[in-house]
Amino acid sequence: MPQPFPFSAIVGQEEMKLALLIAAVDPSIGGVMVFGDRGTGKSTAVRALAALLPPMDAVVGCVYHCDPKATDNWCEDCRARAASVALKSHRVAVPVVDLPLGATEDRVVGALDFERALSQGIKAFEPGLLARAHRGFLYVDEVNLLEDHLVDLLIDVAASGENLVEREGLSVRHPARFVLIGSGNPEEGELRPQLLDRFGLSVEVKTPTDLSSRVEVVRRRDDFERDRAAFVAHWKKEDDRVRRRITMARAQLSAIEVPDAAIERAAQLCMSLGTDGLRGELTLIRAARVLASLDREHVVSDKHLRRVAPSALRHRMRRDPLDDAGSSARVERALVQLFGA
Amino acid sequence: MDDSQGESRWADAALIASLIAIDPVRLGGVCLRAGHGAARDSWLALLRATLPVDAPFRRVPLHIATDRLLGGLDLTATLSAGRPVAQRGLLAESDGGFVVLPMAERFTQSTLAHITAALDTGEIVVESNGLAFRAATHFGVIALDEGISDEECARGELLDRLAFLLDFSGLRVPQAAITPMSARTTAEVRLRLPSVDVDAEIREALCATAMKLGIASIRASIMALRVACVLAAIGGRSRVDENDAATAARLVLATRATQLPEIQSSDEPSEKETEQDPERPDPLVEKPQDEEKSNDDPAEGTDDLPEDMILAAALAAIPKGLLAQLRIEKSRESRARSDGRAGALRQSLLRGRPAGVRRGEPRAGVRLNLIETLRAAAPWQPVRRAASSGRDARPIEIRREDFHVTRYKQRTQTTTIFIIDASGSSALNRLAEAKGTVELLLADCYVRRDQVAVIAFRGHTAELLLPPTRSLVRAKRDLAGMPGGSGTPLATAIDAGIALAEQVRRAGQTPILVLLTDGQANVALDGSGGRERGHADALSASRRLRGALLSTLLIDTSARAQPQAAQLATEMNARYLLLPYADAATFSSAIKNSLPSARS
Repeated sequence: MPQPFPFSAIVGQEEMKLALLIAAVDPSIGGVMVFGDRGTGKSTAVRALAALLPPMDAVVGCVYHCDPKATDNWCEDCRARAASVALKSHRVAVPVVDLPLGATEDRVVGALDFERALSQGIKAFEPGLLARAHRGFLYVDEVNLLEDHLVDLLIDVAASGENLVEREGLSVRHPARFVLIGSGNPEEGELRPQLLDRFGLSVEVKTPTDLSSRVEVVRRRDDFERDRAAFVAHWKKEDDRVRRRITMARAQLSAIEVPDAAIERAAQLCMSLGTDGLRGELTLIRAARVLASLDREHVVSDKHLRRVAPSALRHRMRRDPLDDAGSSARVERALVQLFGA
Repeated sequence: MDDSQGESRWADAALIASLIAIDPVRLGGVCLRAGHGAARDSWLALLRATLPVDAPFRRVPLHIATDRLLGGLDLTATLSAGRPVAQRGLLAESDGGFVVLPMAERFTQSTLAHITAALDTGEIVVESNGLAFRAATHFGVIALDEGISDEECARGELLDRLAFLLDFSGLRVPQAAITPMSARTTAEVRLRLPSVDVDAEIREALCATAMKLGIASIRASIMALRVACVLAAIGGRSRVDENDAATAARLVLATRATQLPEIQSSDEPSEKETEQDPERPDPLVEKPQDEEKSNDDPAEGTDDLPEDMILAAALAAIPKGLLAQLRIEKSRESRARSDGRAGALRQSLLRGRPAGVRRGEPRAGVRLNLIETLRAAAPWQPVRRAASSGRDARPIEIRREDFHVTRYKQRTQTTTIFIIDASGSSALNRLAEAKGTVELLLADCYVRRDQVAVIAFRGHTAELLLPPTRSLVRAKRDLAGMPGGSGTPLATAIDAGIALAEQVRRAGQTPILVLLTDGQANVALDGSGGRERGHADALSASRRLRGALLSTLLIDTSARAQPQAAQLATEMNARYLLLPYADAATFSSAIKNSLPSARS
C-alpha cells in the first residue's frame, strides 16, 4: 500500500474530520456516513484515519484479533484455548477494511475453505471481511451502489455485533464489532432509510467555495504527489498530536459528566425536529460526551451539543421530499431557536 | 466550420494525444465525444503512435463481467491444481497503458465504479468467489462517447477523473497529416516531468480560473495543474510558465465551464507580455480573499496578469454558440449525472444487479455460478470418489444437486413525464391547480422512487423544463417558476413528449406520460397560429403517440368538459380525467388509481 495522505493535511471538512474522530474514540457511536460531492476527499479522510489510529492489544494467533481483556466477547476458538493455556497478547494496528464494490457474500461473511475442501475434503471455515474488520473499521465506498442483499447483511451484523454463518453445511458464529463508515454521493443513488438510520453520525461534505482553501487543497495534493515521504514527514507532528488526542479522549471518556440539563436540552431538540425513536437522542448525548472528552473538558454543555447535533440528527428526520431547505438547514433552524443565535 | 478552426481543433487534439501519452496515470485520460468514423480513428491511431509499442491498449466491452474486469478464478488452472488459482483481469492487464471504453455513455454505474476505483487507488482489490487479492495497476482511460443528444453522455463520476473532454462533432480529418510525437520523445519527457516546478502564483491562477468558470470539482484544477507541468516538460522548461498554464486552462477548464465570469473592461490580456516575478509568491497567496474585489480594481490589474491571461485563454476556447447556451443551461452537469445510466436496467434474466446465489439448474437464461457449484460439491468428493471408484475417476465429481445459479434483480424504473399546458387559456383556467396536482403526484413519485421529467409548452415551443431526475425539490422549484400565458402549441408538446419517452425507454426505463391541458390547441407544428390547424396537428400528434404505445393520462384542465380534450385522449388511447372542482388531494388519489401499471 502506498503511504496515505496525512489526516491533518486535509484542508477544511471539519465536520467530517470531527465525526471520524468521535467514531475512533467511541466505536459504540455506530458508524459514520459521509455524503458528498465528487472529489471532496471522502475516501482520503477515511484512509488517513486508518494510518493515524493507535495500535491495540490482541490475542496472538486469533484470526478475529480478540481483545485479551474482553473475555465476554471472545470467539469460540479463544474460549477453547483459554481453558487449557494462557493466551498471549500482542499489539496490532487497528484494522481498516475496505469493502470493495463487487465483493461477494462469501468473501464478506466468510465461507467454506475452498482449497482445503477440494484438495483434502476437509470442511473448514475461511473467515471473511467481517472477521477482519472486528474491533476496527469497515469502510464502504459508494455505499449506495452496494448490492441490496449485502446491505441487509451489513445492517444485521452491525446491529448484533456478531456474524452468523450458515452455509455449505457450516455453522459458525464469531464476534464482528466494527465501525461502519460509508461514503456516497446522494445524486448517484439513494440509500435505504433502514441503513441510513444505523449510522450514528452522518456528515455532508462540500467542495470548498472560497479560493484560498481551493488553492490550498491543490497545493497540498501537488506537494504530496511530488514527494510523499517528505510530505508525510512534514505532517507527522500534527498527526501525532491528533493520535494523542484520541488516546486521551478514550481514557477520559467515562469520567465525563452529563448533567440533567444537557439531557433535557437534547430531548427538546429532538422533539422540535420530530426525529423518530430515541436513537437520535442517545447518539446526540454520546457524541457530545466524546466531543467534551476530545476538548479536554469535564462536563457536557450546550456548545458540545450544538456542534454535534447536525451530524447526529440530520439523517433521522422524517424527510419531506418537497421541502426545499435540506435537513441540515432544518437542524440549524431548530438549534438557533433553542440555543439562540 | 471553417478550415482554420478545424485545423486548430486538430492541433489541440494532437497535443492532447501527446499529453495523455506522456502522463496517462495522473491525467486520467480523455473522453472523446465523436461518432464512429474517420476522425475518431485517426485520433486513436495518432495516440497509439505516440505510445511505446508494447504499451497495453485494451478495449473494454460494454457488458464485461466483473470477474473479467477485475480478475477472478482461472477455472482450468483451478480444476487441474485442485486449489483456487487467480487470473488477472482486464484492468490489471492494462497496467502501463490504456483502457478504451467504446460507447462510454452506455456503461453501467457499477462497471464504471470499478474503473474509477482503480483509477483512484492505483490498484485492484478483489474479494469474491473464494479469492482475495490485490494487484497494482496504473492506466489511462479513453472513453469513446457516442451519445448524440445533450442528455446522452458519459457519467459524471468518470468525466470528473479524466483531464480532457474532446468533442469531434463537425470535425473532419485534416488534409495535412499530423506527425505524432515519437515514442522516444514520450519516454524522454516522462523522465523530465518529475523535476518540473510550479509557482504558487500559477497554481492560484488556475484555481481562480476554474472557480470563475463555475467548475465545482477541485479535480479540474488539479488536472489543469498537472497538464501545465507536462506542457512545461515537453517544452524543456523546469518551471511552468504562463503559456503552459493558459494552454492547460484552455484544454482542461474551458470544456467544463458551467458559467461565464463577468468579463471586465477592455483589457487585452494577450498584449501584456510582462515577466512575472517568481521571487515573491507569498503576498499573492494572501490575496485570494479579496479576489472578487481585485478584479474590479484596475490598479491591481497588472498583478493579476497570469490569471487574466489564463482565464482569457480558457474563455477563447469556449465556442461562441455555447456561451448563450451555458447561461440557460445551468443544470447541465446534473443532467450528465442523472442520465447515461442506460443499459443497466434493460429487461433480461442475465442482467441487473446480482442478488445472491441459490441452488438451481442452469436453464436457458439463468447463469450457472461455478464457484458456488464447486463449493457445494467439494465436501462430497471423498464419498463420491469412493462410490465411483474404479470406473472413470474424474478429478471432481459434480452432481445435479450441486448446481447453483446466480440470481439477478431487475429494477425497472418508471419515469413520469409531465407535459404541462402553460398557455393563456390554460393559465386562465386552472394552471395553479394543475401545478398543485403535479406537486402531489411528485410526492407520490418520491414514495415509489420514480424519476420525473417536466415539459412545459406555451407560445410556439415546448420546453424541457426538467430532464428526468429524482430530485423532486428541483422539480417543484422549476414548476413554481413556470410562467403562464400565450398560445397553445399542443402538437409540438406531444411530439416532445414522445421523443423524451423514447429516450427514457432506450435507457431501459418505463415512461409514463401525464398530459395536463385544456385541449384548446391554437398553434400548429410549424409555429403558425390558428385554431383549426392547431387542432388538426394535435390530433395527428396524438395518433403518433398512440403508435408509440405509451401509457398516457390526459387531464383536462378546462373549466368544464370540452370535446377537444376528450377527442385527443381517444386518439392517443389515453385515460381521460377531468380536473374536477375538488381539492388537489382527492384528485391525486384519482390519478394514482388510474395508473395501475406505475410500477412494472
